[in-house]
Amino acid sequence: MILPSISRSVLRQHSKAAARYATNIHASRTMATSSSPWSQFEMAPTDPIVGLNEIYNKDDFPSKVIVGVGAYRDDLGKPYVLPCVREAEQILMDKNLDMEYTGIAGEPKFVDLALKFVYGEDSVPIQENRVHGVQALSGTGGLRVFGELMAKHGHKHIYVPNPTWGNHIPIFTNSGLEVRKYRYYDAESSDLDFTNMMKDIKDMPKGSLILLHACAHNPTGMDPTMEQWKEMSETIKKQGLVPFFDCAYQGFASGDPVKDASSVRMFVEDGHLISMVQSFSKNFGLYGQRIGALSVVGADEDEAKRVVSQMKMVIRPMYSNPPRQGARIVTTILEDPRLTQDFLDQCRGMADRINLMRTLLQDKLAEAGSTKNWDHITKQIGMFAYSGLNKDQVMEMREKHHVYCTADGRISMAGVTSGNVDYIANAIHDVSK
Amino acid sequence: MKSHQSALTIILLSCVLTTTAFSATASSTEASTNIWRDVPPGPPDAILGIAQAFRECTAENKVNVCVGAYRDEKGQPWVLPSVRSAEEIMLSSENKEYLPIEGDSAFVNKALRFAYGANAPLDRIAGVQTLSGTGACRIGGEFLSQFYSSKNILVPDPTWGNHHKIFKECGLTVGTYRYYDRSTNRLDLQGMLEDLRNAPDGSTILLHACAHNPTGCDPTDEQWDQLLDVIRQKQHLIFFDSAYQGFASGDAEADAKALRRVMDAGYPMLLAQSFAKNFGLYGERCGTLSVVCHDAAQKDILMSQLKCIVRPMYSSPPKHGSSIVRTVLSDEKLTQQYYQECASMADRIQTMRQRLVQALQDAGSSHDWSHISEQIGMFAFTGMSAEMCDTLTDQYNIFLTRDGRISIAGLNDDNLGYVAKAIHSVTDGKSITSN
Repeated sequence: MILPSISRSVLRQHSKAAARYATNIHASRTMATSSSPWSQFEMAPTDPIVGLNEIYNKDDFPSKVIVGVGAYRDDLGKPYVLPCVREAEQILMDKNLDMEYTGIAGEPKFVDLALKFVYGEDSVPIQENRVHGVQALSGTGGLRVFGELMAKHGHKHIYVPNPTWGNHIPIFTNSGLEVRKYRYYDAESSDLDFTNMMKDIKDMPKGSLILLHACAHNPTGMDPTMEQWKEMSETIKKQGLVPFFDCAYQGFASGDPVKDASSVRMFVEDGHLISMVQSFSKNFGLYGQRIGALSVVGADEDEAKRVVSQMKMVIRPMYSNPPRQGARIVTTILEDPRLTQDFLDQCRGMADRINLMRTLLQDKLAEAGSTKNWDHITKQIGMFAYSGLNKDQVMEMREKHHVYCTADGRISMAGVTSGNVDYIANAIHDVSK
Repeated sequence: MKSHQSALTIILLSCVLTTTAFSATASSTEASTNIWRDVPPGPPDAILGIAQAFRECTAENKVNVCVGAYRDEKGQPWVLPSVRSAEEIMLSSENKEYLPIEGDSAFVNKALRFAYGANAPLDRIAGVQTLSGTGACRIGGEFLSQFYSSKNILVPDPTWGNHHKIFKECGLTVGTYRYYDRSTNRLDLQGMLEDLRNAPDGSTILLHACAHNPTGCDPTDEQWDQLLDVIRQKQHLIFFDSAYQGFASGDAEADAKALRRVMDAGYPMLLAQSFAKNFGLYGERCGTLSVVCHDAAQKDILMSQLKCIVRPMYSSPPKHGSSIVRTVLSDEKLTQQYYQECASMADRIQTMRQRLVQALQDAGSSHDWSHISEQIGMFAFTGMSAEMCDTLTDQYNIFLTRDGRISIAGLNDDNLGYVAKAIHSVTDGKSITSN
């Protein structure tokens, strides 16, 4: 820069000012750049289930299929909003309700109906008013509140089945509990590993938390029989363990909510003071509303209420109080007999379609020429088929056939349709023959 | 800036925290038949507990000036008409599918532009949808606890009570900085500057973006100059809590001035945003948490880490509230309508604020209530002592928090005179400043 002739002192003043200006700019940029508090971070791994959507979305292949996330699809592969839910929404609109904060524990009417839905109205502890709970952010939210609650009350670990829903592990770990596993599934025989499960249960230290999938075990779809549940109940009692149920598929597994709650009700009848998280994501199709419940059966009413008051202590610094819409929808349906019947029919409709797809998939695999035993596909129950495909086969299926399932070979049967079942069967056969 | 060694250590682990080795024989509680026996009852939440007490009170003249929720001139909750219109639209257009872990990205973008400005550099702002302000503070706090080099967070004294609980749960060390001078009922700027100077370098400083809760006392532009000077010198990290944008002055752009100033100056910052008050979406739990990054690559990394916090907490956020905000802010007409409706709430509150001061004077009070006129937002921080508040509740059935905070939104033509007289009688001849 060519400077006009200026006195030295003026120049000095200018350059000082310029230097100061440059320092200030540098300082503010420096705040944002090299002294950025975030500059050293690494990319975290994507969630294996939810991350699948992201990979799938990036694929251009026209016949691509995703059978990943456990969200129901109709036979055209479209998301399905239950008609009874739509009707409930219209009823709510017409009521012109406010949007005030609900209590920390959520809508009392919802909690009451939710608990009766799973425990049964005639359940003895329900009659004795010693089952209490809170509205939860679906299953995940309920699990997290429970985990934190138990960690704050002396628990150090929780047993979960191997395998289990992937998110169980970070949920409980982040709650401050050590996650231990009990044997559950035998991959060789594609069946319940009952003998070893019972061995592991007998080895659990007294007072340990044991998580049980109420029905439609995720990801295997293999549930104990009622006889097996009985033996588990007796042994868990003898061992002095603390049973905690994750109930995400009531009504959605067999199509009959009462049947799907059998294990839970058996344990309650057997005198266990169970705790339970319920999700209404699948059975009511209210995935995005995040609606569920977390409950305990207390020795008496006061005890159950005390536990609930402690749950509230966990909730308040987490999200203060839960969202209302999902709770209001479920309440509107379950407090009306006709809407309840509609719900039962529509929920059964979903379960029936899935069971039909199971049969169809097994048939198509045979038609495709597969000589492997695929009985487990129809033996399993609920939203998922634990195919038995290994990680390499899953990846090959993605790359070669553009069929996306999670790396553990879990197929969301809800994503299978009469339109894509042939294609899927052929893909599975191709990578597994 | 402190070294990032602790951050690096955490990075080397997966986002699933490893567990320490527990003894295999570690037993926990007693026999399963008595698992809940020793659980004590949890104490009632200060604010929500008072709201419950109000509900249970049967007195006809009861007044609720406790919870910070807007009430119209008839003392009724008010659902914004633009919000209702959005719900009507959504009845036929919305499905119930899961939102992504990070939430509805169209909503998040609208929300971030609402806060940071129409030209906000979204490509380098990592934002996730949260369960309103509480959820945003929790996600932000967990993020800092896991990834930021300082575990210190300083919150103003006083602040919203739940701030302490939230950040403590996150494993942060919560300290305070002087904020409000109770002897003058004004901002304690010198105390604030001193405490910020004395805090360890690189501490996180929680600031209320506007309409400080509970005091209603915000720094002026000149005071902000001085604050930012110290913050820059100390290389503190700013964490804004913005719960009243648009609701404070009635002008959403003006209410965002402080946070935009910080952003434009290139300071690293976090922002917790709530749509509970300004959109009246209290119970639908709608908000965002955002982190201003250096560039897009950093944003992607931070998004991945924020998702790792959300997924094991509630998997994905609830969609009803965010769909409403997105629907409104995506429609020009509804947006205009919304801004007017929000301004009308702020206007009514402003009016009641001035009328309260007048009514106190009319009731015969000789106190200087000018702090109430000057405060901004939903609350008046009266200066009344806890004992005075208890008397107001016990004798007059006026329900407020024991720090002397009144929700102005709870005042209307029917109760204003009564409340003013009651406040006058409990404060007459006593001090409303502490020395």
